[in-house]
Amino acid sequence: MELLNNHRPPITAGLIPPSLRDARRPHRVLERHWFVSRSGFFWILLGGFFEPFFYLVSTQLGFGSLIDDVEVGGELVSYVHFVAPALLAASAMNGAMYETMNVFFRMTFDKTYSSMLATPMTAGDVVLGDVFWATIRGGLYSAAFLVVMAVLGMTSSWWGLLLLPASLLVSFAFAGVGMAIATFIRSIEDFEYVPTAMLPMFLFSATFFPASSYGRFEWVLNFSPLYHGVALLRALNLGQFPPSIFTHVVVLFALAGLSIVLSAHRIERALLG
Amino acid sequence: MMGLSTPPAVRVWEHQLILYRRIWASNVVVSIVRPLLYVLGMGLGVGGLVDDGPRADEVLDGLTYFQFFAPAMIATTAMMVLVNDSLWPIRGGFLWNRTFFSQAASPISPGEIVGGVALWHLTKGLLSSVGVAVVLALFPSTRTWGLIPAVGVGALTGVAFAAPLTTWAAWRETDLSFPNINRFVIVPMFLFSGAFYPISQLPTWLQWFSRITPVWHGVELCRGAVYGGLSLGDVVVHVVYLLAWAGVGWVLARKVFADRLGN
Amino acid sequence: MSGSEGTAVITAKALTKRFGDFEAVKGTDFEVRAGEAFGFLGPNGAGKSSTMRMIGAVSPVTSGELRIFGLDPADDGRKIRARLGVVPQQDELDEFLTVKDNLVIYGRYFDIPLKACREKAMELLEFVQLADRADSKVQPLSGGMKRRVTIARSLMSDPEILLLDEPTTGLDPQARHVLWDRLYRLKQQGVTLVLTTHYMDEAEQLCDRLVVMDQGEIAAEGSPAELIRTHSPREVLELRFPAGTNAEHAPKVEGVGARQEVLPDRILIYADDGEAALSEVHRRQAVPESALVRRSTLEDVFLRLTGRTLVE
Ligand SMILES: Nc1ncnc2c1ncn2[C@@H]1O[C@H](COP(=O)(O)OP(=O)(O)O)[C@@H](O)[C@H]1O
Ligand SMILES: [Mg+2]
Repeated sequence: MELLNNHRPPITAGLIPPSLRDARRPHRVLERHWFVSRSGFFWILLGGFFEPFFYLVSTQLGFGSLIDDVEVGGELVSYVHFVAPALLAASAMNGAMYETMNVFFRMTFDKTYSSMLATPMTAGDVVLGDVFWATIRGGLYSAAFLVVMAVLGMTSSWWGLLLLPASLLVSFAFAGVGMAIATFIRSIEDFEYVPTAMLPMFLFSATFFPASSYGRFEWVLNFSPLYHGVALLRALNLGQFPPSIFTHVVVLFALAGLSIVLSAHRIERALLG
Repeated sequence: MMGLSTPPAVRVWEHQLILYRRIWASNVVVSIVRPLLYVLGMGLGVGGLVDDGPRADEVLDGLTYFQFFAPAMIATTAMMVLVNDSLWPIRGGFLWNRTFFSQAASPISPGEIVGGVALWHLTKGLLSSVGVAVVLALFPSTRTWGLIPAVGVGALTGVAFAAPLTTWAAWRETDLSFPNINRFVIVPMFLFSGAFYPISQLPTWLQWFSRITPVWHGVELCRGAVYGGLSLGDVVVHVVYLLAWAGVGWVLARKVFADRLGN
Repeated sequence: MSGSEGTAVITAKALTKRFGDFEAVKGTDFEVRAGEAFGFLGPNGAGKSSTMRMIGAVSPVTSGELRIFGLDPADDGRKIRARLGVVPQQDELDEFLTVKDNLVIYGRYFDIPLKACREKAMELLEFVQLADRADSKVQPLSGGMKRRVTIARSLMSDPEILLLDEPTTGLDPQARHVLWDRLYRLKQQGVTLVLTTHYMDEAEQLCDRLVVMDQGEIAAEGSPAELIRTHSPREVLELRFPAGTNAEHAPKVEGVGARQEVLPDRILIYADDGEAALSEVHRRQAVPESALVRRSTLEDVFLRLTGRTLVE
């Protein structure tokens, strides 16, 4: 009986830090960030509309007549139809990732987290709150992007509405990844590496040319987190539902989950010594 | 002409160099790796689609898309690097680390500080252009002696952006406008610069936008330097136009620095 | 004065904090009672902040036992923090928010309704005499003002215990007195104060009871008066001889008082009657450049217990 009562904790107990299990107030982090950024929000949104507008118009005008239709899941689509959902995925990624780079400053110079952790907030609240905030930020860019796509006629049907939740998922995954990366940054100089590390992913995730162009290296695409976002959004935009979209969704959720756990460990280590 | 060789300006330049020494290693890697990724991704990847497309021969003047795109990157990279180097760092010099004030407190005049900053921007423009040129030299189809003058063109293009933006950053009280400059000015210029496709693809009015932007002139010069095909008249127009931006920016920067540093 | 009527709200037994191989807190025992002002007096590096962070449930206890409100911070950190107010050694104010919003947002971390936060924030800014700066950003405030904002912020949740880590270090004398006055009022309102300091005057002014801490250990405990009474004669004679000659004059005045300490800049002679000691010095024909008789302080207690001064 003694032995039975002393049963071992579940395996996940060591993996998921207590601060994450104790998280009850991630929304307070959102509230703080809203207080800070509400005055500049208009510009953020406006930028969110214009950047995709410029990219899509440039692609349309410049490459429209230069590149033949591209095959996606057995359908032939114009090049700009091919590129638009990929750029949407990239924008969801960038919006979230760049927002999470603030995490470094909140941990170090600004001491934002230290003062939160002196209250009933936990490191888990901080991580979840910042991941949600970056997701929302990326989601707003995605929504603006989607509107521009619709206005320019680059959504194929009402299935395009599914792109919004799907790009939120992309933002969520990269908000997690960005948060985890930010906890490893040691000094401002390290930031130089982040865009450089993101560039190959941006260029080589079947973003600008189809997976078939990669020939026998096509499988490598699966290692690019962005590729899963690109492939998911591209399929949904055409109303295609191949079984592979299930894989993409799982991969993106897994990425978010693992990054959040890792970030909570890192933040605890850095701030709760 | 510009009096850049005066020792005080060189001292300002040295100060920047010393700061740079801490990050040069990562910077060199970045300035080679990024263009390499771009020529592979855009040049070869998208290039494959364009070269197989219906109008490649007619539009690209007999070049492959890879050849068309690659030299333009010398100009666009220099632009991007120097936009970053002339907004926040200049503001930082006035506000955060107040370098410019401490320099002005020594016997260095505001004009000389601007000279040193310009010299530094020229250096960064050269470094980033060399990075791209090294990458282009790796590929036989873009390896010509023209890469050498193209490096100079890249640096000039960068300075044509850095000088006016330095003025702006020194003049404004807040940095709220900086992200918008990137979004609404630099990004459109980058996209419609003729780097990715000839501007003849664009409607006429947009072509005029491209022609106004300094970066298009840099792109044309770089491509011309690498493959020839520019008339002397074209070259003069492009160079003078870039020099005009750099020169006017520089004169205004001197004025704004003098006002702010109180001489 | 002795404060024995309060129940214990914080108890520590063999409390230890290690950072890697380094032991910052070496098995300390102490007890803080409800309603009292309790101090940790010690020089830099004594382990005061480490102790405060353990009490604040943001730094795990390495070994030993720590209970706050009877709760273990390892299990009930959130519950404990909900009842504490924390003024950390460095002000960690939000530079992106106004003074008032700093307080409002902080209150939100405790789930206080927004409207109540706004009212409470103004009330507390009145209390720390900063109501006129409510809409200012934090950055232009002086050090003393920031410290007061931090204190106001820590009071948003009506804490039962207020933890103050070096509340006045780095402030000018006037700003210190303003702060002491506010802290004194809080104590009168029944808030338990736990503070650290390396200023003996601050400890004497504010603390009912204190522990003297050095190199991670507690050297003595008691009220300021008790500590002085137990560990130091009533008066001190401070002698200054020409620079660099203290050591050579020391033997000459040996035995004048009950005890003497030779510091780099002066010699301290401890005696119950300082004036008598000074006459004795003159009788021995030692000629100090200056001589001063004063009452024993906690500084002297610290010197006695550790052989070192509090502030270098
Ligand atoms: N996070 C840490 N890692 C390693 N050593 C630390 C850490 N925090 C404090 N210390 C060390 O512990 C000792 C006590 O520090 P602290 O508690 O801050 O002292 P005090 O507040 O009394 O000045 C010091 O020697 C300090 O260097
Ligand atoms: Mg301390």
